[in-house]
Amino acid sequence: MIETQNLTKRFGDILAVDRLTLKVEAGEVFGFLGPNGAGKTTTIRMLTALISPTSGDAAVLGCEIGREDGQIRRQVGILTESPGLYDGLSAERNLEFFARLYEVEDIAEQVERYLRMLGLWDRRAEAAGTFSKGMRQKLAIARALLHEPQVLFLDEPTSALDPEAAHMVREFIASLKQEGRTIFLCTHNLDEADRLCDRIAVFNTRLLALDTPTDLRRQLYQRTVVFHLSQVEPRFVELVRGLPFIRTAMETEGKLLVALDDPERDNPTIVRTLVEAGAEVQFVGELRRSLEDIYLKLIKEEHQG
Amino acid sequence: MDKIWVIMRKEWAEVFKNRFVLFTVAFLPLILVALPLILLQITGSSGDVSGLSATDMPARFSELCGEMSEGECAQYFLVSQFMLLFMLMPLAIPVTIASYSIVGEKTTRTLEPVLATPVTTLELLAGKALAAAIPGVSVTWLGFVVFAFGAQLIATSPAVVARLTDPLWLMAIFVVGPLLAIASVSVAVMISSRVNDPRVAEQLSMLVILPLLAAFFGQIAGFFFINERLILWMAVALVLIDTGLLAFATQLFQRETILTRWK
Ligand SMILES: Nc1ncnc2c1ncn2[C@@H]1O[C@H](COP(=O)(O)OP(=O)(O)O)[C@@H](O)[C@H]1O
Ligand SMILES: [Mg+2]
Repeated sequence: MIETQNLTKRFGDILAVDRLTLKVEAGEVFGFLGPNGAGKTTTIRMLTALISPTSGDAAVLGCEIGREDGQIRRQVGILTESPGLYDGLSAERNLEFFARLYEVEDIAEQVERYLRMLGLWDRRAEAAGTFSKGMRQKLAIARALLHEPQVLFLDEPTSALDPEAAHMVREFIASLKQEGRTIFLCTHNLDEADRLCDRIAVFNTRLLALDTPTDLRRQLYQRTVVFHLSQVEPRFVELVRGLPFIRTAMETEGKLLVALDDPERDNPTIVRTLVEAGAEVQFVGELRRSLEDIYLKLIKEEHQG
Repeated sequence: MDKIWVIMRKEWAEVFKNRFVLFTVAFLPLILVALPLILLQITGSSGDVSGLSATDMPARFSELCGEMSEGECAQYFLVSQFMLLFMLMPLAIPVTIASYSIVGEKTTRTLEPVLATPVTTLELLAGKALAAAIPGVSVTWLGFVVFAFGAQLIATSPAVVARLTDPLWLMAIFVVGPLLAIASVSVAVMISSRVNDPRVAEQLSMLVILPLLAAFFGQIAGFFFINERLILWMAVALVLIDTGLLAFATQLFQRETILTRWK
């Protein structure tokens, strides 16, 4: 559905997107996760034929960007970062205008369908300027769907919304997934990506990781156990590191940090080994890294690297 | 073509909700049509025209009067000053509409979703330009028709009326007017790409009226007089200027430029 090969965009000296290569399958909800300024919007703009890449290639629905832009625009829907509605025009008039530009066949029917679907039908005659942020976002989503695009690009659909409105929008995205549309979801919200997406790309100018949430979580949630010892001697570290189930072991700030997959099963062995070697174990606890920590680590490593 | 019309209708629905735009579009023609008629009325009925003798007029103007009596010539001179002011309409109205329609969309960020549709940038530009130019031109034409009929009713001398609707005026209104509208829309597009406040864009774009005002005062001061040949040259020059301005505006009005360089 979407394929990019070394897609790159520069703005003068600023490298906004660096050799992005990825593939999004049909019917997939693809999370594009990255901090502000990561280049998410720039990527979406390239993939929706709004701006052209500096180098590299991309194809959406089999149409190459730069060559079949008209075709791409006709077949994809986009929810831009800001809703961009005509505040002076009614909700209905806003949608009608875009339906005409998208060459929708049955304008009245499609407009009604999506106004109803997003719960805006009763307020269709009211000016978009009078709507709450959540309603505006819904109207913008309706606009992105009018022409029944097979691929939908959503640029931070919930970032400006209060929790309740964000929840509603997420529910709606989940329902779109049921309809089998391919969705490219940009977000800086991990939790949102985790809940909605089939796969997640962690991105900050470059692609940092790309996997299913489960596999990412496995990496991200790799468990770490903290052993507080009265004295951390190097031989204790060596000893623990020698155990077969240990991924890493190291001393930090007077504590022994051990990463392993199944602490419930293996902690007793570690404790026994340490005690037998003469270590005094004061506490054993788990260091749970949140998704956020790991994500931030990825981003930070990227900056240092 | 279809989409140009769709865009024009949307522009009108939006921009005419703005009181300031509405005011400019309605008020300017009212003033500019009413004033010369009032002037005709006063000078025609009170016989004061004779008081305004040939000595008060720039000497060379009398040459233009041909067979007209001195009074008629004076009256013609007075009212003919307004022909240039009439040209304010095709300049100021499109500038106002275009500034609000382009800068307005820029600040509300509505341009991006529009650019994401299959509309071509040329259709979008044409839609916006025509939405700005057409009211300016039609109001000018309408204003002139009202003025011509009014003059017919008020003016005592048929010679004066005849002069006010001769080819010189017709060409000014019906040929130079639209050409000026095109120029002012192009200038408004250029200014709008750089400015984030529609009022500022409008005021800066209004600089297009400076040459007109220069011509106006030049004529009053008697440096030159608008005649057929001058109008013809103006038209030719404007065709060239418009071509250049339009090419430049079109260049500015590209998807990528709008999204990444319009600040
Ligand atoms: N038009 C532009 N001109 C110059 N730099 C830009 C432009 N658009 C984006 N950038 C830069 O490119 C980088 C990525 O921006 P963006 O794609 O908006 O990030 P995101 O959407 O992930 O927050 C940022 O450093 C931003 O400053
Ligand atoms: Mg962004």
